[in-house]
Amino acid sequence: MSSSGLRDSHIQLNEDGSLRHFLTIDGLSQSLLTEIMETAERFIDFGQRKIKKAPLLRGYTIVNLFFEPSTRTRTTFEIAAKRLSADVINLSAQRSSTSKGETLLDTARNLQAMHADMLIVRDSHAGAAHLIATHLNNQLQVVNAGDGRHAHPTQAMLDMFTIRQHKPDFSKLAVAIVGDVLHSRVARSQIQALVILGVPDIRVIGPNTLIPTDVESLGVTAHTSMDTGLDNVDVVIMLRLQRERMTGQLIASEQEYFKTWGLTEERMAAANKDAIVMHPGPINRGLEISSSMADSSKSLILPQVTNGIAIRMSVLSMVMSGAEGAGE
Amino acid sequence: MRIAIQGGLLVDPKTGTEKKQNVYINKGIIEAIGKEPAWTNKKVTNIDATDLIVSPGFVDLRARMREPGHEHKATLATETRAAVLAGITSLCMPPDCIPAIDTPAIAQMIRQRANELGGAKVYPIAALTHGLQGSVLTDMKALVDAGCVGVSNALAPLDNTLVMRRALQYATTFDVLALIYPQNASLRGNGVAHEGRVSTRLGLPASPVAAEIVGLARDLALVETTGARAHFCGISSARAVEMIQEARVRGLSVTADVTIAHLHLTEDSLLSFDTNCHVEPPFRSEQDRQALVAAVVDGTITAICTDHQPHEPEAKLTPFSESEPGTSSLEVLLPLALATGKQTQMSLATTISMLTYGPARVLNIEAGEISVGQRADVCIFDRDEQWVLDENSINSAGKNSPFLGDTLTGKIKQVICEGKLITI
Repeated sequence: MSSSGLRDSHIQLNEDGSLRHFLTIDGLSQSLLTEIMETAERFIDFGQRKIKKAPLLRGYTIVNLFFEPSTRTRTTFEIAAKRLSADVINLSAQRSSTSKGETLLDTARNLQAMHADMLIVRDSHAGAAHLIATHLNNQLQVVNAGDGRHAHPTQAMLDMFTIRQHKPDFSKLAVAIVGDVLHSRVARSQIQALVILGVPDIRVIGPNTLIPTDVESLGVTAHTSMDTGLDNVDVVIMLRLQRERMTGQLIASEQEYFKTWGLTEERMAAANKDAIVMHPGPINRGLEISSSMADSSKSLILPQVTNGIAIRMSVLSMVMSGAEGAGE
Repeated sequence: MRIAIQGGLLVDPKTGTEKKQNVYINKGIIEAIGKEPAWTNKKVTNIDATDLIVSPGFVDLRARMREPGHEHKATLATETRAAVLAGITSLCMPPDCIPAIDTPAIAQMIRQRANELGGAKVYPIAALTHGLQGSVLTDMKALVDAGCVGVSNALAPLDNTLVMRRALQYATTFDVLALIYPQNASLRGNGVAHEGRVSTRLGLPASPVAAEIVGLARDLALVETTGARAHFCGISSARAVEMIQEARVRGLSVTADVTIAHLHLTEDSLLSFDTNCHVEPPFRSEQDRQALVAAVVDGTITAICTDHQPHEPEAKLTPFSESEPGTSSLEVLLPLALATGKQTQMSLATTISMLTYGPARVLNIEAGEISVGQRADVCIFDRDEQWVLDENSINSAGKNSPFLGDTLTGKIKQVICEGKLITI
């Protein structure tokens, strides 16, 4: 019967294949991901300019609608939008399904009534950005800044961009993602991006309680041991262990976790000599990564943040031009 | 009122026969089959059923009316009417309305109100515990005397195994049927999607198969040791099907049903975050779906129900995990059951039995068959007519169907409920 579940997975694309929303990496083409990174190249030295502004989004109103706390993502989106000359409004809101407050869609419709041009949405529920894009399609562009455990596509793209700066040929890479894959929207989007970009060897490493069921169906291999998992990899991506989520017996103790899956310089010896280390932040020093590892020359944690601005400028400009293209 | 149904193919699920025979109804009762009774000088309504199927009215083991308590979703008036238009002449109402069906007064009120409305006949199912809270047993004897056909935990599994055991023991005292939704609440947690490929891809909170089979294993053990008469509701996994089969082999007389949507949809239906596909228990893997279909074919499952749960639009206009579970499924029962029958090459009589005689035997009620002297609940349908399911063709107040926009085959043409011809 109607099990054609993918019937509107292309809601984020115009008919010509350009971006109209940016909701997920899932289903996008390699050429589109490459275009996002190449567009970001043009913005990368922007931060060093005396006048850090381009007029691309002048006159547009962009709303940062965050239902979950965020510092880095919200700030870099704001900087990206401002460097493109857009007007930016930050809304941090609390939302609860049990309280009879305004629904997510009503909030979005109100912002649309104020003639916002784009919503950058973060919510703790998978599919939240998707929901707004589906019901306010054609009237407002939506960029997903993280929805539940589902997707964090701009984070994944800035990570791909960072990898590409150091390892330009994705088809030769082995990448390991370490830690709490189960709860990580970042990991899901990264895996999808790595698959689309043609990375042949993608591994996830962690205790079985933090690796989602059927993870192999995403195109990765699962490992419980750091020594085998990191063997000859080129890129190590550490995930943040969310202490507040670990109460349900997902890990035994922080001590055992660090001893078994924490990234140290000794552990890194299993990886290739020129391997790089990344982390979406914020990092827990001494829990998932040792302090000396986080600060070592292999670590790209701070360049990731800088690259985040360029990638977000790229995505915002591409989505707005996709919207204009569709409107003509 | 006298009704003569002429020229149709009469399907009798009790005997498994399909035969061209006329049916004669008088004063709400089937008076004759085949041979015309000696009716003289009285007005007779003739129904031409040429090229149509004549079957017993359908019996639905689980359909929410939303009244009392959720009248903003639907009411007894809207849903008993929608049910009968879908060929469902008898339905069981689970106890999870507000207040729950935990006192004879609520049960009587529901029955009386449904009776006045003249749509589908409503059989209330009593709550196993007060307010479905899982701690205090209900007055089962009084509830049965008030017309309840069984006791159930609805969608609220009992955490406390001792209370569950005592509830089943108490039910055996009065030989009351226990309709059990098998589920381990802590394993289900806040899961909204089958734990597997799709929940992993979409990052949706997952409900593992273990939640169902751990719950089922416990309840089967309790049924075996208490001797309770038990029916398991909404089985969703291949392993649960095997466990029901194994229990039968061990001599337990347990029955099980499946929802019509679970025979047709899998976890893949969630890929577009369609909240109409948020159901409890979740749609599982293709392998599970196939096992459910096979269980219908081999008789492990003897009833297909709608598990109808109408919602107002707002209940589904939320992110997936915040939406309320359940589908509006009265209208799809016949066409989708026919589709399953066709795909598996089941006889029409066997397929129809899943909607009629099968569920009626679970409840032990006088329904689900067409025989002389029986209450005249008859459904006449065209098995080949195609139609499109949309908000207009859904008569229920709830339009929350995952099949919206689909072309369905099989359409109800006439329904006779307790001898009364329903205007369609």
